[in-house]
Amino acid sequence: MNILVCISSVPDTTSKINFTNNDTEFDVNGIQFVINPYDEFGLTKAMILKEKTGGKLTIITVGDATVEPVMRKALAIGADDAIRVNMNAKDSFSVAIEISKYIKGNNFDLIIAGRESIDYNGGVVPAMISEMLDLPFINACIGLEVEENTAKLIREIDGGKEMISSDLPIIIGGQKGLVKESELRIPNMRGIMQSRTKPLQVIEPSSTETKVSSVSFSKPEEKGACKLVDSSNVSELVDLLQNEAKVI
Amino acid sequence: MSVLVYTESWAGSFRKSTFEAVSYASETAKVLGTEVVAVSLENVSDEELNKLSNYGVSKVISVENINKGDSQASSKIISDLSSDSNVVVFSNTHTAKMIAPRLSIKINASCITNVISLTSSSEITLNRKSFSTKAIETVKSNAEKTILCIAPNSYGLIVNNVSMSIEKSDFSESGSLTFEGQETSSGKISISEAEIVVSGGRGLKGPENWGMIEELAEVLGAATACSKPVADIGWRPHAEHVGQTGKVVASDLYIAIGISGAIQHLAGVNSSKVMVAINTDPEAPFFKAADYGIVGDAFEVVPKLIEEIKKIKN
Repeated sequence: MNILVCISSVPDTTSKINFTNNDTEFDVNGIQFVINPYDEFGLTKAMILKEKTGGKLTIITVGDATVEPVMRKALAIGADDAIRVNMNAKDSFSVAIEISKYIKGNNFDLIIAGRESIDYNGGVVPAMISEMLDLPFINACIGLEVEENTAKLIREIDGGKEMISSDLPIIIGGQKGLVKESELRIPNMRGIMQSRTKPLQVIEPSSTETKVSSVSFSKPEEKGACKLVDSSNVSELVDLLQNEAKVI
Repeated sequence: MSVLVYTESWAGSFRKSTFEAVSYASETAKVLGTEVVAVSLENVSDEELNKLSNYGVSKVISVENINKGDSQASSKIISDLSSDSNVVVFSNTHTAKMIAPRLSIKINASCITNVISLTSSSEITLNRKSFSTKAIETVKSNAEKTILCIAPNSYGLIVNNVSMSIEKSDFSESGSLTFEGQETSSGKISISEAEIVVSGGRGLKGPENWGMIEELAEVLGAATACSKPVADIGWRPHAEHVGQTGKVVASDLYIAIGISGAIQHLAGVNSSKVMVAINTDPEAPFFKAADYGIVGDAFEVVPKLIEEIKKIKN
């Protein structure tokens, strides 16, 4: 089975977010980049499937050369090869176009993306790719097993889950549940050494079209100071919530 | 010209987030000087459909034969119905994010998610939540048609009673997926829509101590949630994990019990209007983010809190 995992390089979840250039650009100064956590669940699931059925695991990332350390980490975890589309992502549409074009020229049985990236939180790239390729799509996927040419999938729905089956190929937007947190893999020394020599192919983008422009960024208003209530006086808290904040 | 809104339903009922999306569509229609047409998929009674008229919908097209989870089919029917609309509105749900991006490719539209503000003109420029609510991004649509997915609990309900017609469509279509059934826990309030969320962290010491969290949630009519470590060690199901890599909470009231307030946790919950922290550690970062706090032992404070809330509820 040939699996493609779409990987986004994103600021570590502990990052403090700041903007530069008149609040028009994300300030990468001092930021540690990581594999998007939703993509990491997908990468791990892809590894488990590959170990079971054999085949090849390719990763694809859209970005300039600065995303390569994150791609090397994915190779160290176990991907076989990597494709970088040499473009600073301008919007979700431009990313979806490049990835779908790559998929069109290659054969994949399964395409795994995260349900969203934790930086811009668009959450639309995988569904856009599915439409560009006329493939079935499942979002918020929390279960995936493959038997022969059939995928058994579970998606999270409001207050529960839905069971679905599909012929391959299919594209999914994954999240935690696809694998457990404890199944995530830390690259070992051998993996890290191998990752340096695994193929990382750079391809040039084919389109400059975008649908959405980013104008500027701001930060949510800071909260005022916390009103502390003495632990022996819980009724005061209830009074504040009822009469001051008016939320109960 | 009209603003089209997809009114997502579950088991025949609309959720609050659906009415929020309708309210948003209605306000957008006022800006554009037009009216609101709704599309409903799956089986929804006329009585339920009529509720849409409270929020400004002048016509609803009900297509019962389409499964909303089948994004190939649902995007096809909405595409067919959108030829007259330059703006199509969804609620920002997992299901909407299967349909809306597909629709955007079909109709050559831009697709903007996590939307929290209205455009002021037909040149669509508005704000959306970004960086897991650590930032607000102002974006502009470059396409003639724009699809907007509205973040739940961000825009509010705006009552606008109008007379509405119901049109039934027997359009039928299906994609290649086979749907094999759903499992839902009835009676539970969903975290992303709840007005009040009661959330527990490692400070509660073990899953056996969640009884008081559930009781507090019950007296408040709240949903229960938990921090990431609690879900990771299996004290609570993953569906309850809130934070940057879990569910996003934008409730009116968020009560964090025994949660220190790591930046990843706060990122997922700080869209809540009022936050309360209960923690033994006065240095817990949550006290910097909270509006109200009690430094104290949850095992003493929470039972008292339940008693005091019962008093005002009776």
